[in-house]
Amino acid sequence: MLKEMTKGLFKENPIFILMLGLCPSLAVSVSLQNAVGMGLAATFVLVCSNAMISIFGKFFPSKIRIPCFIVVIATFVTVVEMVMGAYLPALNQSLGIFIPLIVVNCIILGRAEAFASKNGVLPSIFDGMGMGLGFTLSLMLIAFIREVLGSGKIWGITISSYFTNEAFFKPAAVMVMAPGAFVVIGLIMAWMNYRRANKRTRPV
Amino acid sequence: MQSYFMLFISIVLINNFVLAKFLGLCPFIGVSKQIKSALGMGGAVIFVMTMASAVSWVVYRYLLAPSAENIFFSFMGAGKTPIDFDYTYLTTIVFILVIATLVQLVEMFLMKALPPLYEALGIYLPLITTNCAVLGVALLNISDFGMLQNAGDSFFRTTIQGFGGGVGFLLVILLMSGIREKLDNVQLPEAMKGAPIAFICTGLMSLAFMGFAGLVK
Repeated sequence: MLKEMTKGLFKENPIFILMLGLCPSLAVSVSLQNAVGMGLAATFVLVCSNAMISIFGKFFPSKIRIPCFIVVIATFVTVVEMVMGAYLPALNQSLGIFIPLIVVNCIILGRAEAFASKNGVLPSIFDGMGMGLGFTLSLMLIAFIREVLGSGKIWGITISSYFTNEAFFKPAAVMVMAPGAFVVIGLIMAWMNYRRANKRTRPV
Repeated sequence: MQSYFMLFISIVLINNFVLAKFLGLCPFIGVSKQIKSALGMGGAVIFVMTMASAVSWVVYRYLLAPSAENIFFSFMGAGKTPIDFDYTYLTTIVFILVIATLVQLVEMFLMKALPPLYEALGIYLPLITTNCAVLGVALLNISDFGMLQNAGDSFFRTTIQGFGGGVGFLLVILLMSGIREKLDNVQLPEAMKGAPIAFICTGLMSLAFMGFAGLVK
């Protein structure tokens, strides 16, 4: 069980290794708050749809199973959308179009097809949690780097007065804009590759 | 409001779907290894995005939105207000189903009517259902131009945004595949090969595209 959960963190990290769900991870990683909100929303959808599909997946005719999966996922996304709109309107505003776009997040459909439709309920739920956690933590990592370098803040709070003193450190606005996101994710991926390659060649 | 031409220019160059809005990144990284496949994917995306924009606009405006034009309201609305026919909470589910159906239809139509084109686009079409640029453009259209007073104007802007978004995607994926074909001949550190360097190149390209920002006021 625990293995199902931890594989999402490093070995099969959805963003950096499997390269799924890239669009939301770049778009919402402007600040840590957005990253956590997005990560939790996606995790909720992932766990619920995994559980649902592991129970009912057998009854879907195999030819139209993908559309069936998408309808299940879209239902849970609508639930998230409505709850967030009612209780967290500010977060909903800043995530904007990327909440409905969880439907086409390839991580969720990918797990439904590759794991949940073949496994029991409990492993599927743990798999969903692990993958969701991996997704959330990766988002937080990207968001942390971009927020610190781009606006000199963590969780919306200015780190110290040094970061507003322009002579010492001037926040690079480009980091919170599009190019910064691409460069940061590229460098993190390279670091993950480097780490994996080192592990492989190291004598046991 | 911008003119139609300026809208097109801005969606292709300034608010490019890949470089500025982060939509459609998975196919962008996945299919940009060779120029030929990039061209096929780009063509398929233009086609589907234009169609999806037009169809989803019709569905939203006449079936889901609470307005006097709503079909359910005009048939069953006696003694009720349009607000009773507000189905906008179904937008996400309906749009994804519309897009999935549309992609299937396009695929079957091409197979029958235009076999050469089907040969070229065939393997990319099923992938497009989960391309977030397609659902993204449909949702953006609704929030940008969905409920403009003039239905014709609203429809044209929607379609132009869909078509322009596709053209922008084609432009960027073509440029990227050209760069990546050249990158194959470059000696890179092992860890940087493949996706990491592709992302860094995309970052530089996005930086360059920011230069277009002054083009449209």
